[in-house]
Formats: sequence, C-alpha cells, structure tokens
Amino acid sequence: MRDGTIVVAGASLAALRGAEALRARGFSGRLVLVGDEPHRPYDRPPLSKHVLTGEIAPEATTLPGVGALRAEWRLGAPVTGLDRAGRALLVGGGERLPFDRLLIATGARARPWPVPDEAALAGVHTVRSRDDAAALAAGLAARPERVLILGAGFIGCEVASSIRALGLPVTVADPAPSPLAGPLGPVIGGFVAGRMEAAGIDLRVGTEVAHLEGAAGRVRGARLTDGGTIAADLVVVALGAVRNTEWLAGSGLDADEGGLSCDGACRALDEAGRPDDAIFAAGDVARCPHPLFGGRPVALEHWGNAVAQAAHAARAMIDGPEAAGRYAEVPAFWSSQFGLTIKSLGLTEGADAVAVVQGHPRTGRFLAVYGREGHTVAAVSVDAGRWLPAYEAPIREGAPFPPIVGGADQPSVRPVPSGLPALQPA
Amino acid sequence: MRVVVDLNRCQAYAQCCYAAPERFVLRGNEILVYDPAPPAADRAAIERAVQACPVRAIRVEHDAPAGAA
Ligand SMILES: Cc1cc2nc3c(=O)[nH]c(=O)nc-3n(C[C@H](O)[C@H](O)[C@H](O)COP(=O)(O)OP(=O)(O)OC[C@H]3O[C@@H](n4cnc5c(N)ncnc54)[C@H](O)[C@@H]3O)c2cc1C
Ligand code: SF4
Repeated sequence: MRDGTIVVAGASLAALRGAEALRARGFSGRLVLVGDEPHRPYDRPPLSKHVLTGEIAPEATTLPGVGALRAEWRLGAPVTGLDRAGRALLVGGGERLPFDRLLIATGARARPWPVPDEAALAGVHTVRSRDDAAALAAGLAARPERVLILGAGFIGCEVASSIRALGLPVTVADPAPSPLAGPLGPVIGGFVAGRMEAAGIDLRVGTEVAHLEGAAGRVRGARLTDGGTIAADLVVVALGAVRNTEWLAGSGLDADEGGLSCDGACRALDEAGRPDDAIFAAGDVARCPHPLFGGRPVALEHWGNAVAQAAHAARAMIDGPEAAGRYAEVPAFWSSQFGLTIKSLGLTEGADAVAVVQGHPRTGRFLAVYGREGHTVAAVSVDAGRWLPAYEAPIREGAPFPPIVGGADQPSVRPVPSGLPALQPA
Repeated sequence: MRVVVDLNRCQAYAQCCYAAPERFVLRGNEILVYDPAPPAADRAAIERAVQACPVRAIRVEHDAPAGAA
C-alpha cells in the first residue's frame, strides 16, 4: 500500500519511528498521528535520570524527527474507541477518523498505587510522562525530609539514584529479596543493592507497604504489612506499567492490561486469534510472539523495541506481512543508576541459571549470562557494555549455556540458580 | 536542535565528548549524559560529534529555517 490513509493511535516513540518508516518505505498518502498528550513525541528515558537531577529540562526531550515528518498531528486528542468494521478511529468527543491502515502505539502508563484515595494524596507521584517528571522535580525542589520509593525495578532504582544525587534522604521499599529481582534476579540485584547502600539509600527489601498515610490531604508516610511504618513526605510509586488498551474494549481485538496481542508481522489479533489485515501495533502496547521465547507472546517495555518493532510494523503495512516476516529483533535495553550502566540483550524471563563469565562484581565490571534448559537466553553487562555484542549471536542461536568458558579472567565459570520464576507452560 | 543518542548502541567511546564537550559528557565508566536540545549556535560541534561517533549512535535534527517547509 502506497497511498490512502494511515492513522497512528498514540504520538510517542513508536508512533514517530513507525510514521517515519512508513514514509521511508514510500507511503505517500495521508498520515495522521493522534496523541492524548499535548506534546510532540519526546524521549522518556531521561525523565527518571537527568531530568530529575535538574541537568535536563523536561521540555528539552522532544525527539529528532518531529520536524521533518510529513504528517498531520492531532495532539491533546484522546482516542476513545475503534470501529473495526467501519475502519474508523473514534477521537475525543465522538469524531470519526477513517483509515485504510491503523498503527496502534498507545504504549503504557505507570501502574498507580492500588488504593485510589491514597494515590490521590498530595506528594504521591508516578513517573511516565514529561508532565509527571516536571511535577516530581517541583516536589523535590521543596526539599522533602524523606522520599519513599515503592518498587525497586528499573524505574524505582533510577529515580532513587537521581533523587539521592540531589542530597535528599531516600528509602526504597520492595517485597522482593533484592532490587531488580524481577528482571535480573538476585545475583546482579545483590550487586546493585550494595551500590545503593553505598550511595546512602535506606534499602528495605522484603518489605511490603500496605497503606499510604496522609494528613490534611498530604502524604505523611507508609504503613507496612508487618505493622512497621516509614515516615516520608514525598512518595514515588514505581510499580511497573499498565498497557493503554481500554479504548479497544468492544472492538473484538484481544487486548487487556498486559497488551494487545499481535502476530509476528505486528498485525493485531482478534479474540479468536485471527489477524486483522488493516490493524497493526508496535511498542510497549504490543504483545507479539518472539522466537527467542519459543514463540510465546511477550510485551516489552524497551526503547529499542519501540523503534525496531515500529519499523517492522511499517514494513508489514506497506509491503505486506510475508515480506516483513516474523519480528525477531533481539531485545535490548540499558539503564543507568548509581554511576553504573546496566545493559541487557535477550530475554531473562524463565532463566534457570546465571553465570558471571567475564569480569567480576568485585572489580565493578562484569558480564553475566543467563541460561534456560541448557541454552543461552540473555546476557547482562554492568559497566562492561563493550563485551555485550559478542553475546548476540549465542543468544540468537540459543547456544549451549554457558556459551563462553575459560575467558582470560575466568578460569572456572560457575553457573548458579538464576532465582527467577519458571515460565508458565505455553 | 533536537538530539537523541541510541544508548543501546553507544559504547561509551567518548568521541562525541571530544567533538562537543559542552553537550556530551561521560560520567562514571560509561554513562553518557548529553544535551537533547542544544542551541542552534552549536550546530558545527554537534555535526562533528555525529560524524565522530564510531557506532553511529547520535541522531540530530536541526530546526527548519523560518518559512521553509
Ligand atoms: C521514566 C522512564 C524511563 C525509561 N528508561 C528507559 C531506559 O533507560 N532504557 C530503555 O530501554 N527503555 C526505557 N524506558 C522505556 C521506553 O521509554 C518505552 O519503552 C517507550 O517510551 C515506549 O514507546 P511507545 O511509543 O511504545 O509508548 P509510550 O512512550 O508509552 O507512548 C504512548 C503514547 O500514547 C499515548 N496514548 C495512550 N493512550 C492513548 C489514547 N487513548 N489516545 C491517544 N493517545 C494515547 C500516551 O499518552 C503516550 O504519549 C523508560 C520509560 C520511562 C517511563
Ligand atoms: S561517540 Fe558514540 S559511542 Fe562514543 S560516547 Fe558518544 S555516542 Fe557513545
């Protein structure tokens, strides 16, 4: 398809890179991007990092590409529904926007604190949007006495690092036995815990918050399930993300808070598992089968996935699903926190073993490989990013685990249990 | 001007930091901190950084001159 109308739902990273790829592949028709935020697409990774430390202004994050794209921008316009049979998107107050092809890129939002009255207390924040980061930065400028961060995942840890760099007292609470336990397991998590504590973070692992407490509408602290309390006048809720799929209710597509199901060509699947040839999805909202995951569906929350998957969807939209083939990009992400750069390739989900194969946590630079049933599935570097690319091929091929033994600094590689949960049967 | 660095691709080679030291700084062993919105006056330095990056990780978009499409 080279002309007609393509509408993109969402106007952030996947939407912009998908729209650019459509144009690059020769689409010359009408292209409309509809986003509920008032801003042109901007970059989210700095929001938990240098925007909070004040080094980057929230509004400086607008992405390159927004100026040159030949498209109609409909910003501040929430998409409210999809008329699949009529091939139209419903926008704002009931306007119909007809399309020949639709790219769904509505991403995800921060999972709110589950008790609405407590989540609404002044001083309780989440970090997903530019406006969230600006509001949190303003709250930090008032120099709270103690900041409590709920959740020690990537965003919780990055936010903790940034706020600690401002010299504020920070407590991080998570029910897991270490930070980053869910995505990386306790081996790397334990190393990061040491860095967090060295930076002066009051790290409370194995700690579950039951309630947030307030006075006069402002948060005062948290009550724990074991009866203890933590006093804090600013709380950041970092409990993961929920996919923005509510607007698809009633469309017959297979979507829930875990994502919109797609096939390998990024075509949206209906509730019977049949692909819709006119509707595609990419980025955080898309739950696509991945060959590295035995073809199981997986919804990633990675910048690089939003870019690569949007390009893949664009190719399938223009040249057809057969030409595009199956999406098989090796998942990759980075995080920076506490002076460390953590980079990952592959999927750690369901890994049963992990081994440090290069460097050593003692020296502060190392690379760990994850295995599942004897095959290499992921590699994670800590301040050792240049070692990582060598593991892409072993991961892609599912090479025997561990893939490299006898490195110069690693006379004996000793795998240990990963500490990650086993996969549910497909 | 709008700048983004693909930090999956970036290998902390710091060439950009030599080319445009006001806008790219390496912190710790490999954390690249950069200005995503440098002033137009930095155009030449930013272009040098884009060219210098050995892994082509830097993308830049200049503002169109007023009146251009
Ligand atoms: C604070 C933070 C730090 C991060 N750091 C890293 C990092 O270091 N490394 C990394 O790899 N990844 C990182 N990520 C993840 C990365 O930013 C995301 O994977 C990426 O933004 C996904 O892009 P997307 O376009 O799919 O979705 P999103 O960026 O979520 O964009 C979706 C857009 O659609 C809009 N939308 C939603 N519903 C509707 C609707 N009904 N109508 C209209 N518009 C709608 C949303 O408001 C949003 O603008 C980070 C994310 C956050 C929030
Ligand atoms: S030159 Fe490229 S690889 Fe080196 S630090 Fe800059 S962006 Fe990263």
